[in-house]
Amino acid sequence: MKAEIVKLIDTTKCTACRGCQVACKQWNEMPAMRTRNRGSYQNPPDLQWNTWTLIRFQEYVDDKGAFKWLFRKDGCMHCTDAACVKVCPSGALHYSEYGTVGLKSSLCIGCKECASACPFDVPKYSHADDKIFKCDLCLSRIRTNQSPACVKSCPTGALTIGPKDKMLKKAYARAKELGGDANVYGDKFVGGTHVIYVLSEKPEVYEELPKNPAVPASIVLWKDILKPFSLLVAGGTIAGAFLHYITHGPKLPDENGHDAEGKGE
Amino acid sequence: MTNHYIDLKNSDVILIMGSNAAEHHPIAFKWILRAKEQNGARLIHVDPRYTRTSARCDYHVPLRSGTDIAFLGGMINYILENNKYFKDYVLNYTNASFIVGKDFYFKDGLFSGYNPAKRKYSKDTWVLEKDGRGIPKRDMTLSNPRCVFQMLKKHFSRYTLDKVSSITGVSKEDLTKVYAEYSATGVKDKAGTECYALGWTHHTTGSQIIRTMAIIQLLLGNMGIAGGGVNALRGEPNVQGSTDHCILYGNLPGYLKMPVASLDTLEKYLKKCTPVSNDPQSANYYQNYPKFFVSFLKSMFGDKATKENGFGYSWLPKMDDGAAYSLMHLFEKMYEGRVKGLFAVGTDPAVSSPNTAKVRKALEKLDWLVGENIFDNETYCFWKGPGVDPKQVKTEVFLLPASASMEKEGSQSNSGRWVQWKYKAADAPGDAIPVGEITIKIMQAVKELYAKEGGVQPAPILNLKWDYTDAKGRFDVLKVSKQINGHFLKDTVIEDKDKKTRTEFKKGQLVPTFGMLHADGSTSGGNWIMAGSFSATGENKMTRRGKDDPTGLGLYPNWSYAWPVNRRIIYNRASCDIHGKPYNPKRKLLEWTGDKWVGDVPDGPWPPMADRAKGKYPFIMKQDGLGALFGPGMTEGPFPEHYEPLEGPLAKNPLSSQLINPAVEIFKNDMNKVASADEKFPYVCTTYSCTEHWCSGALTRWQLWLLEMQPELYVEIGDKLAQEKGIRNGEKVKVQSARGEVECVAMVTKRFRPFTIEGKTVHQVGLPFNYGWLFPKDGGDSTNFLTPTVGDANTFCPEYKAFMVNVKKA
Amino acid sequence: MEITRRGFLTMSGAIGSGIALSSLGINLKPTRAYADELNKANKIKSAKQVSTVCCYCSVGCGLICSVDKMTGKIFNIEGDADHPINEGSLCAKGAGFFDLTEANKYRLKKVQYRAPMSDKWEEKDWDWAVNRIARLVKDTRDKGFVMQNSKGELVNRCESIGHLGSSNVDNEECWLMSVKARALGLVYIDHQARV
Repeated sequence: MKAEIVKLIDTTKCTACRGCQVACKQWNEMPAMRTRNRGSYQNPPDLQWNTWTLIRFQEYVDDKGAFKWLFRKDGCMHCTDAACVKVCPSGALHYSEYGTVGLKSSLCIGCKECASACPFDVPKYSHADDKIFKCDLCLSRIRTNQSPACVKSCPTGALTIGPKDKMLKKAYARAKELGGDANVYGDKFVGGTHVIYVLSEKPEVYEELPKNPAVPASIVLWKDILKPFSLLVAGGTIAGAFLHYITHGPKLPDENGHDAEGKGE
Repeated sequence: MTNHYIDLKNSDVILIMGSNAAEHHPIAFKWILRAKEQNGARLIHVDPRYTRTSARCDYHVPLRSGTDIAFLGGMINYILENNKYFKDYVLNYTNASFIVGKDFYFKDGLFSGYNPAKRKYSKDTWVLEKDGRGIPKRDMTLSNPRCVFQMLKKHFSRYTLDKVSSITGVSKEDLTKVYAEYSATGVKDKAGTECYALGWTHHTTGSQIIRTMAIIQLLLGNMGIAGGGVNALRGEPNVQGSTDHCILYGNLPGYLKMPVASLDTLEKYLKKCTPVSNDPQSANYYQNYPKFFVSFLKSMFGDKATKENGFGYSWLPKMDDGAAYSLMHLFEKMYEGRVKGLFAVGTDPAVSSPNTAKVRKALEKLDWLVGENIFDNETYCFWKGPGVDPKQVKTEVFLLPASASMEKEGSQSNSGRWVQWKYKAADAPGDAIPVGEITIKIMQAVKELYAKEGGVQPAPILNLKWDYTDAKGRFDVLKVSKQINGHFLKDTVIEDKDKKTRTEFKKGQLVPTFGMLHADGSTSGGNWIMAGSFSATGENKMTRRGKDDPTGLGLYPNWSYAWPVNRRIIYNRASCDIHGKPYNPKRKLLEWTGDKWVGDVPDGPWPPMADRAKGKYPFIMKQDGLGALFGPGMTEGPFPEHYEPLEGPLAKNPLSSQLINPAVEIFKNDMNKVASADEKFPYVCTTYSCTEHWCSGALTRWQLWLLEMQPELYVEIGDKLAQEKGIRNGEKVKVQSARGEVECVAMVTKRFRPFTIEGKTVHQVGLPFNYGWLFPKDGGDSTNFLTPTVGDANTFCPEYKAFMVNVKKA
Repeated sequence: MEITRRGFLTMSGAIGSGIALSSLGINLKPTRAYADELNKANKIKSAKQVSTVCCYCSVGCGLICSVDKMTGKIFNIEGDADHPINEGSLCAKGAGFFDLTEANKYRLKKVQYRAPMSDKWEEKDWDWAVNRIARLVKDTRDKGFVMQNSKGELVNRCESIGHLGSSNVDNEECWLMSVKARALGLVYIDHQARV
């Protein structure tokens, strides 16, 4: 294991230019999908199998009546105690040498367990590929001493990456400098995430951001007791089905409900 | 820009007004935020709408579209009433002390000399008094009631807080807050800057809005300094370069004036265009105009331009005196059936021009249309557009495939006047070739036809120097860029008496600076401001990538090339006092060390103006050498004045009896309908772009990553208005003006708030102008179906930013 | 460890037509690849790096195109970390610059011609199109040329042809268009500076 790294998202410096959203697609060669305007700049409406980083736009009036337009870059939080890694029966989801959560697509069997388990609702399923996709923090770039595509594209310094201790220090210093409700989000749960936010408002203000994210109890049971056994026994498919039965019962979960093709035009 | 993008970091107060910098110039905004991080700069956004820029500024002040002069006029009044101006600077570096001619007056919205029938001014009375030597008279006490300073003060004394608040819809508290914070930069060691964009130019008063800000910057001593200036964040990758090379009706490359009919000889033309100053301290740099102009003619016609034939002056087309030939004029004439052929290069006027319905009808009257682009667009496909029957359209249309930016070598000029070289990374697909090569091919074929068949006035075509291909017959970009730079056409010796130097140049060598151009035909120079982009020995300075920054101000003098003569901040001598010592030693842009200037490339080598024998005033391009608070060059008056937009919510201008700009041209054909203060169209409307698209969207709509984020046309409506109209977020609505309508998605937002104007509630809405029917098929059509054909009185930039609409459920 | 914007995607001392850092001879057919299989980071090491400037707003950000030496195709474009203005960063449009290359299926590749009253484009070659355009330009100009205005002043101009654009081509191309238009005698000349 190398030194842990952390990507810091300082939402107070983000201009929502969405350079990161496109840089991610460019680097990872992911197609666009045909969207509609639903009365918001935020598009696609949510993370998708082909959208691993998404800027969320939120109009908010604080308790003093002040209007704010909040921008939050959403994407994988790269948990230390990662529910997705715990439930993944095939080893596709794994911890990298930097402590982040990598994804070996070739091993993914499309069981979607990670999608159900993730407290941040990050992994997304593609029908066409029968696989799950999510951000891997541009592992191939990090391994060649390049910052992730999103970080490199960021004009304002809202996105930075570096050693965990240094980034945490920077985050807390920034929150202190901002004062008010500004806070650091990410280091206090799921063993600490490798993506940390500086938020200007309390976490509960932000849409789709859990206040107290945690690994579901059923998954803890699976990981500690059953998974080691199942991996010994069989390949992913059986293990996936078995896991599914343990955690949800026999019924299939929703398949994200997103556009299957994800194609443009 | 008077300054450049990185220089924004050197500012203490940044006023963003007429710009949405975070959305349209995101990397410029990086430097704006850097100013905040490094200097604790205050960031102020004044805009009708709360945008991504507002979200990152210290605060946002909404104002009604089209009232910027009122807002800024109030600031001038505040500065003068509260003695916030930088006295040393105003006295020495502006024409504040000049005496205005006795026949000049301003009364009820009109300046002296107005002709209502022609909607034009005679400028005979807009003059300054001169002494016996022909030098402007000055009152250095600034107390003479006819001095520019007192006249300015009187003019803007009418812009009281109450009046300005009532016109703009900005509260008096907000006005005072902005005025106080911004005018605090009127001291030696503070810099204030202004960033504007289309939000200022797209008005019938656009040029005067910018002038009002220039006056503020002169009063506060913010011109010519690091972190100061009036900075146009321009909207196209090479709009600076295409403007420098003047693919514009009124100018020839290098901002040389396009000849007019009354100037029928070169002598008359040069006399008219070359300013004279009798003040020995005024550099009056444009006294060199003949050198620039003759060198241009030599570059255009080569050996065929001789002293005997006036260097081919008679071959140039002449405009009628006082006439304009802008995009709007072009489409008027096309609609009348008088324009038969059109080249449309990298442009989509069927989406981007005002009054789209008229523009598209006009296109149907063409005999032929040549398009050059990397994608198809609504202009090239007009013959199969909505409501058009191709079988009724006679136009022959050519759509020529062009190389994209990274598929060709050449230079591009950013707004900060950095001319940067780009390299070819890959071949263009299929048969696509660079626009330069297309241009060469077509003109070569035309030349051959004239050579073979003769024709009307063949001389300029046959005599045009047109040898810009390589051995294989392909576009040779270096040949062109060197032609732009200029050559010595015979062996030349340049002597500098002051420096006691003597330099020899051989025939065919590149001219290393425009100071060495000649008016006798011995030099060529395709664009004098670019002379020096190459060294005499052929070094292409536009390719430079040096990262040294000796001043620490981010000038990067060895990165690319900045015109003029690699000067990074223009008027930079004004950053020093009259002895050449920097006003702000912490941001030392330039300093006179007793025998030379050190720092940025100075605006001329002369000593500072305290040296009465050899010293010069800092504003060397001005005839009188000083910053113009009184500016008789403008079409609608030497001082800015607030007028309402062509279409506005008010039937009367609260400041005078002149409702609209008295000098705007009114286009009168059957499709130019106007509905001002009309209850059928009660809402102020403005148009804009978004980060994810660019201009008409003609490039970005074809890019699915971008389209995914902003897939279709929308109208932003304040939640209060939406509630009144029963419009829900995300539902389809129709926006209608007197000229047309568009269907789009309602984006109900708190980012538009109603204004109180003259005691009444006025709502404003806004739409992006990035969509067209061709692609995507269900993304909506051009917003310009709504906009009127009318433009700024000086520039003819259309008034896209303020007109009246209604909004209805679809 | 400090991860910065800099790394091998910089151009210091390697400017010009592009200098390869190594040559692994990998065949880079554009494929839909996902993070773990894709080793684009390695592909870039063997690619030719060519600097360019963004073609949208006027800030003038630098970009680096990575070109496969075997195919001559661009396969990645990102910000130029050495560039003093953007320092490697890009906005949404700049970050999507790659989609302007031939990878974009909507790019025009052939000369298209639409005949009078026709409802479709047809493909033509350059020679045919250039000769036809030259013929139309000459005939229109000869027919509509104005030697004198209504006051009898010599004006030598062609009012029947207009020229629009362009602020999104290079300086050298702008200059050629500017002088071409004047040699033809055009006066209706405008570009995006106004709109």
